[in-house]
Amino acid sequence: MTGPTRSIVVVTAGLGQPSSTRLLADRLAAATERHLGDAGIPTRIEVIELRDHAQELVNHLLTGFPGPNLQTAIDAVVGADALIAVTPIFNASFSGLFKLFFDVLQRDTLAGTPTLLAATGGTARHSLALEHALRPLFAYLDAATVPTAVYAAAEDWGATGVAADGSLVERIDRATRELATAVAVRPPHVARVALEDPVPFEQLLGRQGTTTRDS
Amino acid sequence: MQFGVFTVGDVTPDPTTGLAVSEEERIRIMVQVALKAEEVGLDVFATGEHHNPPFVPSSPTTLLGYIAARTDRLLLSTATTLITTNDPVKIAEDYAMLQHLAGGRIDLMMGRGNTGPVYPWFGQDIRNGIPLAYEHYALLHRLWREDVVDWEGKLRTPLTGFTSTPRPLDGVPPFVWHGSIRSPEIAEQAAYYGGGFFHNNIFWPPDHVKRMVELYRRRWEHYGHGPADTAIVGLGGHVFMRKNSQDAIREFRPYFDHAPVYGGGPSLEDYMAQTPMTIGSPQQVIDRTLGFREFVGDYQRQLFIADHAGLPLKTVLEQMDILGAEVVPVLRKEFASLKPAHVPEAPVHPRVAATRTARDGDPVAVAATLPIGDPVGSASA
Repeated sequence: MTGPTRSIVVVTAGLGQPSSTRLLADRLAAATERHLGDAGIPTRIEVIELRDHAQELVNHLLTGFPGPNLQTAIDAVVGADALIAVTPIFNASFSGLFKLFFDVLQRDTLAGTPTLLAATGGTARHSLALEHALRPLFAYLDAATVPTAVYAAAEDWGATGVAADGSLVERIDRATRELATAVAVRPPHVARVALEDPVPFEQLLGRQGTTTRDS
Repeated sequence: MQFGVFTVGDVTPDPTTGLAVSEEERIRIMVQVALKAEEVGLDVFATGEHHNPPFVPSSPTTLLGYIAARTDRLLLSTATTLITTNDPVKIAEDYAMLQHLAGGRIDLMMGRGNTGPVYPWFGQDIRNGIPLAYEHYALLHRLWREDVVDWEGKLRTPLTGFTSTPRPLDGVPPFVWHGSIRSPEIAEQAAYYGGGFFHNNIFWPPDHVKRMVELYRRRWEHYGHGPADTAIVGLGGHVFMRKNSQDAIREFRPYFDHAPVYGGGPSLEDYMAQTPMTIGSPQQVIDRTLGFREFVGDYQRQLFIADHAGLPLKTVLEQMDILGAEVVPVLRKEFASLKPAHVPEAPVHPRVAATRTARDGDPVAVAATLPIGDPVGSASA
């Protein structure tokens, strides 16, 4: 393989163990790795189980700073070449735990990051939550979401955890190929660390009086 | 090195009794804390500035002016002065007036304020927080250094032929600290002007504080104010002490668990492990505070939060007695023995320096320096 290793970070908000959300996340990660491998690009997969950070996420919300384990997870996302974000659908939207993680990220953390959206749910009736809830959230965060989002309902899984028909497998393949393509055309991601690389004061003074963005 | 206390001025019910003091009582508590600071030999009292309940100190110079009249050696400061929503012209006037009345015993700490509605209440936009901090401070800096100012910016009405009165005492502008918890732009600003940089050091882990201070020191040197280790650094700190550390934890826990800034979040133990907060014996506070030097280098000012979270006045005053009798004398001695000779003290007004030299007979421990605040390249354009 050639070129620098790309970091694919998977954020999964499944609660059960084992979790169908994690199952979907793993299939997406493996397929992405395979597509990038076909293009000669080595990858490193890192999975963040939000359940492991639930307490620190609430604490961060209340105190304003991340605990040490959560900081490691945030650093992984900051340095990611691509993000795979997977949540169960609760009450027609992403789960609260899923949203909490993206709420504590600093502004612009995901700007331009190729991102694949995916969700799980009891029935296929909730699948459009990907388009009306997740996609606007990631659009706000300026993530570069790929066109295909992947939804897996209970009926998509066989009794052994294998897709019951071809549609989920096909969709996983299409979405991950889109993600791999988006990663392949981008240079490796280098996160700018403001504390080490400050914007000079004169330049900052020159920016006076401009609102940065509408919220 | 300077030691002192700072107050937020919150009216919080005591969680162990459910009782809250009145605004009048709260204001008088702040005064008593300041008087106690002088009595027990601390150097600095600093007040917050807030414009919304449950906080009372909306008018810092009124409070500090009153305290100035009742003290004679305490340095009076702010934590912080809202450089964003206050008119810099009024800051220049108010604090110059206070400086005269206090015989030079004042400095200021600039902060942006993070309460969203305060901005529109004062006709500003929180999205301009950093640009306001820059433009307002650039004007304030000139108003104290130039007798007649013509000025035009983007965020305030222009000035033509304006003289801010009174002029700074003996022509020496108050020293300014720039406070920020997480904005590198403010560390950059502090470095540019050669002002002090203060990190509240309460809400974030030491590694973050270390990186903020390192940035400020590096940029201080970049802007030509001297070697990085001569930059002027201040830290906050949060302590609660009893002779036995378990007693301190038992007594303080309900205040931590119900404090507006911590309540419902991490346990006291987790919070102490992740931040510089120290609840324990005086010796533990001494050891932990000396440890701050290991991640920020030799620094010039250490302020502890005193009255807050509904702690009864009696308890607050007991804490200050312990600080003054058992903690600060040891810290003074230890920090002084560790500090290289070329690292300066925090700048104070020459009159304050002269008084201290006369009283303590120890010119080495006194900063006789004029403010070192003239920026390279000047912001007077």
